Amino acid sequence: MSAGAPLLEVSGLRKRFAEKRSIADGVRRRPPAVLTALDHVDVTVRPGETLGVVGESGSGKSTLARCILRLHEPDGGSVRFDGRDVLGASAGELRELRREMQMVYQDPYSSLNPRLRIGSAVAEPALVHGIVERGEEVEYAAELLERVGIRRESMRRFPHEFSGGQRQRIAIARSLAVRPKLLIADEALSALDVSIQAQLLGLLEEIRRDFGLTIVFIAHQLAVISRLADRVAIMYLGKIVETGATADVFANPRHPYTRALLEAHPRIDGTRVRKPAVRTDSPSPYAIPSGCRFHPRCPLAEERCAREEPAATPVDPVGGGHYSACHVLAPAAAEGARARDASAGAA
Amino acid sequence: MSAAAAGAGELLSVRGLTIGFPAAGGLLLAADRIDFDVGAGRTVGLVGESGCGKSVTLRSLLGLVPYPGDVLAGEIRWRGEDLLSASAQRQAALRGTEISMIFQDPTACLNPVFTVGNQMVETLRRRAGLGKRAARERAVELLDRVGLPSPEKRLAAYPHELSGGMRQRVMIALSIATRPRLLLADEPTTALDVTTQEQILALLKELQAEEGMAIVLVSHDLGVISETCDEVVVMYAGRMLEAGFDREVMRAPRHPYTRGLIEAMPSLEVSDEKPPVPIPGQPPNLAALPPGCPFQPRCEFARAECEQIPVVLDAALAEHGSACPFVGAPV
Repeated sequence: MSAGAPLLEVSGLRKRFAEKRSIADGVRRRPPAVLTALDHVDVTVRPGETLGVVGESGSGKSTLARCILRLHEPDGGSVRFDGRDVLGASAGELRELRREMQMVYQDPYSSLNPRLRIGSAVAEPALVHGIVERGEEVEYAAELLERVGIRRESMRRFPHEFSGGQRQRIAIARSLAVRPKLLIADEALSALDVSIQAQLLGLLEEIRRDFGLTIVFIAHQLAVISRLADRVAIMYLGKIVETGATADVFANPRHPYTRALLEAHPRIDGTRVRKPAVRTDSPSPYAIPSGCRFHPRCPLAEERCAREEPAATPVDPVGGGHYSACHVLAPAAAEGARARDASAGAA
Repeated sequence: MSAAAAGAGELLSVRGLTIGFPAAGGLLLAADRIDFDVGAGRTVGLVGESGCGKSVTLRSLLGLVPYPGDVLAGEIRWRGEDLLSASAQRQAALRGTEISMIFQDPTACLNPVFTVGNQMVETLRRRAGLGKRAARERAVELLDRVGLPSPEKRLAAYPHELSGGMRQRVMIALSIATRPRLLLADEPTTALDVTTQEQILALLKELQAEEGMAIVLVSHDLGVISETCDEVVVMYAGRMLEAGFDREVMRAPRHPYTRGLIEAMPSLEVSDEKPPVPIPGQPPNLAALPPGCPFQPRCEFARAECEQIPVVLDAALAEHGSACPFVGAPV
């Protein structure tokens, strides 16, 4: 694979969930309610890169993770991993793909088997996938656990004997045991206290470096990913509304939703007296607004925002990979692009 | 903290509050000698990480310590009246009238099989003694006040038909229905999105300004506490480690734990050269607390004496106390 080729390439990914109809609705011939979780989502992650996916509840960020691993079958679009087609993969191919793409979940209380000693929890996947020979697995698991900060003397303990932060370390060791190329962390730090969260952020940074991992880090808070992610994708109601290098997006947010997320973040530097960034609640993913899906809450909404859905537009005409899907804040870029086209035509 | 003004002019005054849970090896102290006061129109924040005793402290104010826990010692005075020795009837009469409470999860607080209107009218009839029609009118008024769009229509909605933010608005409407003098809020925005959280916090502040309510807010999020509270109590392993006016505690934290918490917060600054600094070690285990200062095993400034010190806020600064005698001494 060439250096520039993406490790993970998601394009046009779609997923809708139809709610089960009650008998009454069936009799009335009422169509089932349909939740749009992903609406043509495009994501690329290059090897060694960390992509932060940020969105609030109902934005589809977890569905995105699950569709990449085919834990949900997407309705359409494509997922390519390391040059292979994930959606068309056979059961055997999928098994290998899932070894290479590991997931770490939010709740380490439910993602570890309570009846399995943590040493076995880490050793077993490595044995099953033939990473180590029988007889070597204990030492292998001990080394991995030590790598994530769990003493080898604790190997014969059960998950309930550990705190939440330690359990998340164990879950990380377990996912590393099968030597993945990609780690998808779905709100992996959200359930932890802030002092422990910072410990785990440091650990993830270390293992990314030491294991040469590529990471997709999903979070509902921008601040959590600010340090870890090279690039961010901001999701809103099933769509990526802004994406770019983390520093660019934070310093120069070009979508009103990103701005709202940044403004709404509570800070400790003095009490603020100001109006909330957006007035209303997020609409239901069962009834996505027409045009730009953020327009009912947007302080900058214009008349056309309710009609036309904005396409992702480069913010900087020169490039840089910063895209925003907004009629109002992205046009500067559109004009820049037009100017560039004009000058290119003149030359 | 205005500990100097002990009780005078305060609505609620808590002194030496100690809450224990029986365990295999004896008693676990979920809250150990907690002191604070709340005056009308003021907001006090209890902040700390999971297991620090902030929620159980809040619940004890309404006599809601979950079984088998119990208040072992201390004093809770409500407008001069001793709440701990008050009868169960008296306590029940205060709940939801003069003192009301909102919780983290509004879904668990609303009955899923009754409409919002049903539940609001029932509460208003029972708590505010209104007739059926008056209760309904007041319910519409309240829902409108907390910013629920088309309130008449919402009365017919079931809780599952509302978003999390709307449900929390309904809970707030219920809690302010009797114009309480004190609102207890237990992580009221933790389950909400950050944009919704901001709206709910702004709403609470607006209502406080209008009604002159006192608020005790419990949160794990220093940012939420700082934006909302006048005074802050920092708790760890059931103990108060630092207390004072919000600005002073956040700008010039004295206790190493408070400093650690602030430094561990992830920041929005990407270029920031100061990454979040974790606090080393594990969260405290109430069943096996170290001697002396409970934070000492994780503290970078720990020394031998830390095993002997009593965990009490110093009196050196009447308005900003710390339980650490060695670090952050007042100047």
